[in-house]
Amino acid sequence: MKKLLAIVFFGLLMFSFTKKEDSYTEMDQESKFTESIKRGNEVYVDMCISCHMANGEGKPKVYPPLAKSDYLMEKREASISAIKYGLRGKIVVNGITYKKMMSRLGLGDDEVADVMNYITNSWGNKNEKMITIEEVKAVSKK
Amino acid sequence: MKKLSLFLILILMFSCKIKSQNNTQNTIDYEVVVKDLNIPWGFTFLPDNSILITEKEGELIHFKDGKKTIVSGMPEVTLRGQGGLLDIEKHPNFKENNLIYFTYASSEGEGSGANTTLMSAKFENNQLTNQKVLYKAVPNSRKGQHFGSRIVFDKENHVYFSIGDRGNRDENPQDITRDCGKVYRLNDDGTIPNDNPFVDVENAKKAIFSYGHRNPQGMEINPFTNEIWSHEHGPKGGDEINIVQKGKNYGWPVISYGVNYSGSKFTEITEKEGMEQPLHYWTPSIAPSGMAFVNSDKYPNWKGNLLVGSLKFEYIVNCTLKNGKVIKEEKILEGLGRVRSIEQGNDGFMYVGIEGLGIVKIILK
Repeated sequence: MKKLLAIVFFGLLMFSFTKKEDSYTEMDQESKFTESIKRGNEVYVDMCISCHMANGEGKPKVYPPLAKSDYLMEKREASISAIKYGLRGKIVVNGITYKKMMSRLGLGDDEVADVMNYITNSWGNKNEKMITIEEVKAVSKK
Repeated sequence: MKKLSLFLILILMFSCKIKSQNNTQNTIDYEVVVKDLNIPWGFTFLPDNSILITEKEGELIHFKDGKKTIVSGMPEVTLRGQGGLLDIEKHPNFKENNLIYFTYASSEGEGSGANTTLMSAKFENNQLTNQKVLYKAVPNSRKGQHFGSRIVFDKENHVYFSIGDRGNRDENPQDITRDCGKVYRLNDDGTIPNDNPFVDVENAKKAIFSYGHRNPQGMEINPFTNEIWSHEHGPKGGDEINIVQKGKNYGWPVISYGVNYSGSKFTEITEKEGMEQPLHYWTPSIAPSGMAFVNSDKYPNWKGNLLVGSLKFEYIVNCTLKNGKVIKEEKILEGLGRVRSIEQGNDGFMYVGIEGLGIVKIILK
């Protein structure tokens, strides 16, 4: 009896550990995402705000909006590439054509990931799949 | 019949003449001289009329006989936010010494990030030699803002250059023991002139000539008065033109005609004793970059005018000056792109560096 009890007890203990670990990882993931968005906010204020403006609204016909932007939310790789390498040529955002050059800003891959996480989760945008440094690294110049 | 055709020809000639006269007075046009540039941050004409052009991403381009050549021997340039390869100026005695001076963001030294650096070098056969760092602002900062920078020389061959506040407005511009938010003055070999304003102040950065600046990206010697004229970006509103004078404090961020980007205020006052008032200011901001005085007779009525580029509105402000005041502003070359740099060529024509386009020459048709 004692033996059985000990086994059950031990088993429970193990179970609770794994459970705890799982939720730790989950929490870890979530706080990593939150932290990245927070750092992205700083990058945004430093590097992007003067053209794309405080609420991601851009400037009509000159600088495309980021807030509720179909381009940003649907073209994830192209958006990462634009931040990483700059952008030349025409793009269409929410039905409007923009042709202004965006110059390369010299951000690190970590900063590109952070600012992407920020802008895809601000001003009404919602993106649940975190952009990682690895994902940014994998985007090559077109 | 013959008479009639003669008459017709005369009428035709007369109408042509009228038309061309009208155009001469009215049409401001341009001609693209150097094509396909991304961000022509600065440029300078050499005595042989070729042009040295800085591209922000770090390339120095020599444009000669219609061809671009990339100059070798450049230092490592840090591209970050507003920082990169910035202004360029030839030495007043370039014909004899082949020296050029340029500013750029450099990561050399301690700390991560970068700060503005002035280098001189000998330019020959599309190559730089004798590269010498004359000044490197410290500390490095990962901030992307306000590197400045413009370079000018005075008649005594002092070199002046500007550095913005590097996004640290509360510590840098008003403290003369710190770099950034300053206009600096050096001898052309990089040594500190004995009569610099703060050489006797303990712990002061001895190269400082004036302070309390936000981010000057236009500077030029006024050829009519020999004063140093500069302009600087305000925050939201409050872009200024100043005459830069030895030891003076231009007030940033204690006094300003601007507000925070968010619209909130950071100062209640626009003037204070011991701080200079701008000669002119713009609210809303035009985001000024590049400036040049018209000192030729190529453009009727423009002689003595000041041209200032606008990054934000993509035009040039043609300022008419009277008794050291801007009395009239006219927008010219609207809509070609962000105006980054302006110079008068050896031929007296005005040349403009425009982002995404190139260098254009202003002509009257």
